[in-house]
Amino acid sequence: MGCEKDLNLEATELRLGLPGSTASAEPPTPSNISSNNKRQLADINPDSGFRSAAVSSSSSGDKKSDLDQSAPPAKAQVVGWPPVRSFRRNVLQQQAKKTATETESAGGNYVKVSMDGAPYLRKIDLKVYSGYPQLLKALEEMFKFRYINGSDFVATYEDKDGDWMLVGDVPWTMFANCCKRLRITKGSDARGLTSGGTGGL
Amino acid sequence: MNYFPDEVLEHIFDFVGSHKDRNSVSQVCKLWYRIESYSRQKVFVGNCYAIGPERVAERFSGLKSITLKGKPHFADFNLVPPDWGGFVYPWIEAFARSRVGLEELRLKRMVVSDESLELLSRSFPNFKSLVLVSCEGFTTDGLAAVAAYCRQLKELDLQENDVEDHRGHWLSCFPESSTSLVSLNFACLKGDINLPALERLVARSPNLKSLRLSRAVPLDVLQRILIRAPQLLDLGVGSYLHDPDSENYNKLVTAIQKCKSVRSLSGFLDVAPHCLSAFHIICPNLTSLNLSYAPGIYDNELIKLLRHCHKLQRLWILDCIGDKGLEVVASTCKDLEELRVFPSDPYVGQAAVTEEGLVAISRGCQKLNSILYFCQQMTNAALITVAKNCPNFVRFRLCILDPTKPDAVTQQPLDEGFGAIVQACKDLKRLSLSGLLTDQVFLYIGMYAEQLEMLSIAFAGDSDKGMQYVLKGCKKLRKLEIRDSPFGNAALLMDVAKYETMRSLWMSSCEVTLGGCKALAKRMPGLNVEIINENDQMEFVGGCDDDRQKVEKMYLYRTLAGQRRDAPEFVWTL
Repeated sequence: MGCEKDLNLEATELRLGLPGSTASAEPPTPSNISSNNKRQLADINPDSGFRSAAVSSSSSGDKKSDLDQSAPPAKAQVVGWPPVRSFRRNVLQQQAKKTATETESAGGNYVKVSMDGAPYLRKIDLKVYSGYPQLLKALEEMFKFRYINGSDFVATYEDKDGDWMLVGDVPWTMFANCCKRLRITKGSDARGLTSGGTGGL
Repeated sequence: MNYFPDEVLEHIFDFVGSHKDRNSVSQVCKLWYRIESYSRQKVFVGNCYAIGPERVAERFSGLKSITLKGKPHFADFNLVPPDWGGFVYPWIEAFARSRVGLEELRLKRMVVSDESLELLSRSFPNFKSLVLVSCEGFTTDGLAAVAAYCRQLKELDLQENDVEDHRGHWLSCFPESSTSLVSLNFACLKGDINLPALERLVARSPNLKSLRLSRAVPLDVLQRILIRAPQLLDLGVGSYLHDPDSENYNKLVTAIQKCKSVRSLSGFLDVAPHCLSAFHIICPNLTSLNLSYAPGIYDNELIKLLRHCHKLQRLWILDCIGDKGLEVVASTCKDLEELRVFPSDPYVGQAAVTEEGLVAISRGCQKLNSILYFCQQMTNAALITVAKNCPNFVRFRLCILDPTKPDAVTQQPLDEGFGAIVQACKDLKRLSLSGLLTDQVFLYIGMYAEQLEMLSIAFAGDSDKGMQYVLKGCKKLRKLEIRDSPFGNAALLMDVAKYETMRSLWMSSCEVTLGGCKALAKRMPGLNVEIINENDQMEFVGGCDDDRQKVEKMYLYRTLAGQRRDAPEFVWTL
């Protein structure tokens, strides 16, 4: 939820100080105080460095060129902007962090999927699906195959204990939590597992 | 006017409800003043420093309910340092001493200590209702005192407060004999809750109409609570994480079906979006929906939910609804009066709604009168269309995430767009501006915004003229707050008497100097002119240097109480 773009607010928090006091402060005119869309620090031209916006802004109303040249200090977060109550800000920030850690946690969402014969592995987020049928459909689309009863394909997964299991035996939620890796096998290698079953799908 | 005995006048005044009207009534003559004063039960003090508590208690001897507001509005956005002030303790102490029969206390942006909550709970035997909005300074220990000692407590409503959580024991402090609760809102608490105590409390509160839970209350507890309290009108769901196939979920579906009276829904502080369909059955009855703390509800699940909400009058939502989602709202919620769209990620600076969403809403929701809209961009054309579609706005607050962004199509300032709004909306009382704006927009505001009471300005204007247009034209202005705009002493000092007709003026990062502020304070002894001098930026030297020192933050307000004695070191009252 935008955590990659977190600008480490404490370090970059810009307090618009008394106008004209230091180079980092700018007179509060509209053309200078543009926290414009170019927020990423990567946009900064390393050669130009931190040019004071007072230098780059001309007195004329050519605002567009000012925006193009405006220096990094204007790109940092402005204190108290946008005007969102600090309670709300804190709650949303914590929720965003929580979502990020949940997504990353082990045995959780993103699992590698390998298919015999496919040149690349894929990754899918198990939390996005609400059940086995949806997962199957997604896999079929991803690898361009059809999983029909009696076909050669078998889906297996590696669980938290490191064992390779047949997909479909346990309730969906349990599976979504303990699955670490998915593998779709083809042909006789898998036949031993199925032994007449349909793979639970 | 001496035709009627006092009791008759008093009875007539009973029908005069609003504070404004009662204030007018009290100014007719001395007799009316006297009668109105002793018969007034509800008092509203918009600035806790405008008057002292002893004077309030003395004048309004029948006082039962008081509303107090403390810090200036921009304190919400971290522009006011902590310890600035706004302490409620002196008020509670003074009322206790004067034996005020206090039954209701409503506070906004005030500092509330545990000590003051304890004093409150012990001093007023008839105390019934505590509402705290955006307050800070207390812990769950203070809540425990309120729970334990306010025997007649009907309402405990905590909205967006910063509470230090010492774990969930406060809920078990409600005595077993306490059965009077009508409204309980603890959604803002962060810590664990004593769940069995909560369930028992709900079970013995037959009059409970409003219940808003915190994140610590899981689904199975919610389900049991709903079974106990099907009479709820207002429900705030805490945590909504579950397995759709579980027994708990099925029980919840059954429980929700019994809650036919719920008109207001909020919360979903932790949510897995699947199976919100459990709530679809009550959506058609909802008049108020607040999903602004539920970023986990978005896209299809959100749209599906909203499609059932035909009777919605108030909607608070995150911008992940998108312009398309707002179109669904426009076609579904024909009774919508108030809409708030908050940014789901204020740090990134990207909002998922644009002017298109706002225009769609204006087309579909003819009854709209109040809006707060955080968006990525805006155009004059859109604002002009909105003004034409919705001339009934009372509150219009627009926040473009890039504060000086021009019209996204023409690159022009947004003066014409806002001008259209103030011209069309004759009843406009509150306005917040953003985007690229010149003095022209203030000319329009001064000309047309005759009913305007509160104006918020940020990064706008070119010269003193902007602020002067507003001060000259807006006769009913009560609160003016300005940040980062080029208004200086000439504007500040243009009409000093005006500030006594207003509640307050805030100016930060503008062009006013210490000299200008001192001059104002000298001419207007009925105002407190406060300078917030953080980090010792300024020197109170005096002389010609004053005009070179720009004031970073100035807050002035009219007052009958004189200079306040609780100001911290960094606040100078001139």
